[in-house]
Amino acid sequence: MKNTGYIIAFILLGCGCKFNDSTTKTLPIYGNKEPITKTVNGKQVTDTVYQTIPAFKFVNQYGDTITEKSLNGKIYVADFFFTTCPSICPVMHRNMLPVYNEFKTNPDFRIISHSIDPKYDTVPVLKKYADKMGIAGNTWWLLHGNKDATYSIAKSYLVAVQEKNTQENYTHDGYFILIDKQKRIRGTYQGTDPAEVEKMSADIKTLIAEPDQKAAK
Amino acid sequence: MKTGLIVFVFMAMLIITASCQNDGQIEFNRFYSNGSVVYQAHCQNCHGAKGEGLQGLIPSLTDSIYLKNNKNTLACQLNNGLKGKLTILNKEFEGEMPASKLSPLEIAQVLTYVTNSFGNKLGTINTDQVNADLAKCK
Repeated sequence: MKNTGYIIAFILLGCGCKFNDSTTKTLPIYGNKEPITKTVNGKQVTDTVYQTIPAFKFVNQYGDTITEKSLNGKIYVADFFFTTCPSICPVMHRNMLPVYNEFKTNPDFRIISHSIDPKYDTVPVLKKYADKMGIAGNTWWLLHGNKDATYSIAKSYLVAVQEKNTQENYTHDGYFILIDKQKRIRGTYQGTDPAEVEKMSADIKTLIAEPDQKAAK
Repeated sequence: MKTGLIVFVFMAMLIITASCQNDGQIEFNRFYSNGSVVYQAHCQNCHGAKGEGLQGLIPSLTDSIYLKNNKNTLACQLNNGLKGKLTILNKEFEGEMPASKLSPLEIAQVLTYVTNSFGNKLGTINTDQVNADLAKCK
């Protein structure tokens, strides 16, 4: 009798593992979350609200205004750079290129790179950079904007950027941030590490396949 | 006894010749391996682990003909930086490479590394050569 109990427990355990395997893989959701209680059809329902990227307004390399609405219905990757960056930016964008090439035909995918040096990186400078990188079309936007706006939105992406220091250098994190169609943070990757960027490509595919993302417009 | 002496002299000559060759090879190896460390720390971010550069932004270091033709000014390029137009592998580049803060020894090491990697083969560029080149910088 006691043995039977064990056997049943084992079978249940086995089932549990199997169930976990068969569920579709999803990515975690990062950032702050808050429970909110609202009334739906007379019933109290508690829902979790995740941190999202707030509204913004920048200009891309073509001089077009880009707001959060331009990214509605898009899965996108954000990063922070400047065109004259001598340290990590060339590595980051060298690693970003394969991602761009892999997903550029997907109309629901974007890359946005915020310049943290708006004084030098004017729209024509960003356009020239894009041309030299071999970026065309609307998959990868290089964004110019007010410095305060850029620095404050960096915080929403959980990225640290700093102004010029005594050595005339800007410092900033080399992270790539993956954002879903609900504007939630779904992954952060060290953009200077090719292995992490490869993982990001795999995660983008996982994210595209999530039922929530397929349904979202 | 005489044969023994001949054999001894022959052996000695062999050893001396071999060690001469080795001296050159040892110098090269030392410059090359130290140069790879300097390269990783100061050059690789922009020029890439395989010297591949970055699209139209940063030139590659694989243009053996350019490196050969400019062998004596490479030290100045590293020391003072580089600005303006540059044609590498039939592709035109325009930008700026910042001046490095490398010592003549480090410049010699990294030049030995670069000019003997990525398909290049120019031999050792030693510190004396670098100092001589630096004295002629424009």
